Amino acid sequence: MAQITLKNLAHSYHPTPKGEQDFALKEMDHVWQDGGAYALLGSSGCGKTTLLNIISGLLKPSQGRVLFGDRDVTDAETAERNIAQVFQFPVVYDTMTVRDNLAFPLRNRGKDAAYIARRVDQIARMIGMETILDRKARGLTADAKQKISLGRGMVREDVNAILFDEPLTVIDPHMKWELRTQLKQLHREFGHTMIYVTHDQTEALTFADKVVVMYDGRVVQMGTPEELFETPAHTFVGYFIGSPGMNLLPAEIRGSTAHLQGAAVPLGAAYGPVSGRTQIGIRPEYAVLTEGDGLPIAIRRVEDVGRHRIVRGEVAGQMISVIAPEAMPVGSALTHVRFTPDRINVYADDWRVAPAEGAV
Amino acid sequence: MEKTQNNKAWFLVLPVLVLVAFSAVIPLMTVVNYAVNDTFGNNQFFWAGLEWFDEMVNSQRLHDALGRQILFSAIILAIEVPLGIYIALNMPKKGFWASVCLVLMALPLLIPFNVVGTIWQIFGRVDIGLLGHYLAKLGFDYNYVSDPVDAWITVIVMDVWHWTSLVALLCYAGLQSIPNAYYQAARVDQASRWAVFRYIELPKMAGVLLIAVLLRFMDSFMIYTEPFVVTGGGPGNSTTFLSIDLVKMAIGQFDLGPAAAFSIMYFLVILLVSWVFYTVMTNLDKEEGK
Repeated sequence: MAQITLKNLAHSYHPTPKGEQDFALKEMDHVWQDGGAYALLGSSGCGKTTLLNIISGLLKPSQGRVLFGDRDVTDAETAERNIAQVFQFPVVYDTMTVRDNLAFPLRNRGKDAAYIARRVDQIARMIGMETILDRKARGLTADAKQKISLGRGMVREDVNAILFDEPLTVIDPHMKWELRTQLKQLHREFGHTMIYVTHDQTEALTFADKVVVMYDGRVVQMGTPEELFETPAHTFVGYFIGSPGMNLLPAEIRGSTAHLQGAAVPLGAAYGPVSGRTQIGIRPEYAVLTEGDGLPIAIRRVEDVGRHRIVRGEVAGQMISVIAPEAMPVGSALTHVRFTPDRINVYADDWRVAPAEGAV
Repeated sequence: MEKTQNNKAWFLVLPVLVLVAFSAVIPLMTVVNYAVNDTFGNNQFFWAGLEWFDEMVNSQRLHDALGRQILFSAIILAIEVPLGIYIALNMPKKGFWASVCLVLMALPLLIPFNVVGTIWQIFGRVDIGLLGHYLAKLGFDYNYVSDPVDAWITVIVMDVWHWTSLVALLCYAGLQSIPNAYYQAARVDQASRWAVFRYIELPKMAGVLLIAVLLRFMDSFMIYTEPFVVTGGGPGNSTTFLSIDLVKMAIGQFDLGPAAAFSIMYFLVILLVSWVFYTVMTNLDKEEGK
């Protein structure tokens, strides 16, 4: 097991990249702690899989180094890196039995038969396949096959890290929950570094201690689920995390007040001069409908999602979402919306601006 | 609910029936007719029963030709299948060179059979042929006209040259359909090159490979044109395969009765083998979809 360090890492699929737009992965510097459970979150095509394949050695980066502990493994083969990886679509060896499938990575590394047998039994019990160990893998259902893939990923105890590339895409929703819980439990038990790629925020937030949000080939924020929720570092994080995402409104920032088309919104802190395209971001959870306090809102639509309702309305010409608690009646008397001042984040050119220090 | 019975629907099958009758059934029945009768021309037939079949089953000449035929098919399958797989594995997967390879591989398949025969007939000649001449210069005693072993080598090399591409292209298509994740998983699992072939590539190729073997078996078992052009079945009878022998018997000696009996047995053997292949293949599919 080892800490994974990415140094000036960048990758382009073009043989001669001309500019930044040719890079699938923009230059980045990151340290992934040993034993951490990380989720790589982002929409399709943002470079998650590219980054994962660079860590596992299936892809050689165009520039930069990858370090496992103190060892530079940039040029090392996948096998040498001692990594396990589970792919999006189930990869099983069809002509082998389930048992041979699970034993395959251990046999290839020349472990002794008694150890292999013990380990395979252990893993089989974990993924609930002890009764069909002697069946051929061919002809099993997609989720059974994916469980075999997961099992094969976890069968080695000495791996540096286990990488998951959207492994639950093909699994039934109720099994997803169960498998994810199992993975989490395994992580606690064995303390492997786990990196989990997904585009599903629920999956990321429930699995990981640290979520790494990627956008357009860049890591825009690496933080705990709470940090991502409260202080998104980039408007993409605000919009991507949460359901519905953060409301963004163009505003002019002057000290501790934001001005939206004439209306003033108090902020929780004072800001120095902010340049560029400025916006304020407020989570729907921190917006409250009122009968006259705050900004005028024109309600357009109310969606009941069960435990609460999502109210969509227009503020200063922008559509925003507000979450109304289950018990609260939503009627025509509610004409205004109030934002909780210290929950408002300020963005300049999509990046979060920290409040000025010492200012009141 | 009562089903509507309407036998008029049978008329819709009539065109196909007529077509198949003229293209297959009627010609086949004339062969059957010849096989159970003796004729001296003028459309006069005398009932012979199973006499011709009896004669053919016990004919040493046919046994010899069948033996040569089986040996020939076995040899070319043993060479073309592994060689085809090997070529397919080593062909570039994409890019400019993949296209170049595909075109080069497809070329021999596009040449008419008798042209292939003529090419090799000249190529192998000791006096003017490029191959024969230089083999002789290098000190090899090579002459496919007089030496049975040389004749066999020539016919086999010609068939390998002509048909290995087919096996290679079919396998190549099978290989191309394997998702990249399988190879990546194998790298993660530290699988050896052999294990990748044995557990990933071969199982995924099995379907197309079986078709390739079936096609090559049938074609080689019925081979006629190329060896006929190159060796004419000689020297002696050493390269007289079943088809060549059949034509000699039917057209050369005008023994229509025995030749017809021979044809029917030949046809049944090929039908039987194809049926076996078909059964194996559909079983494989079933297992896949289980």
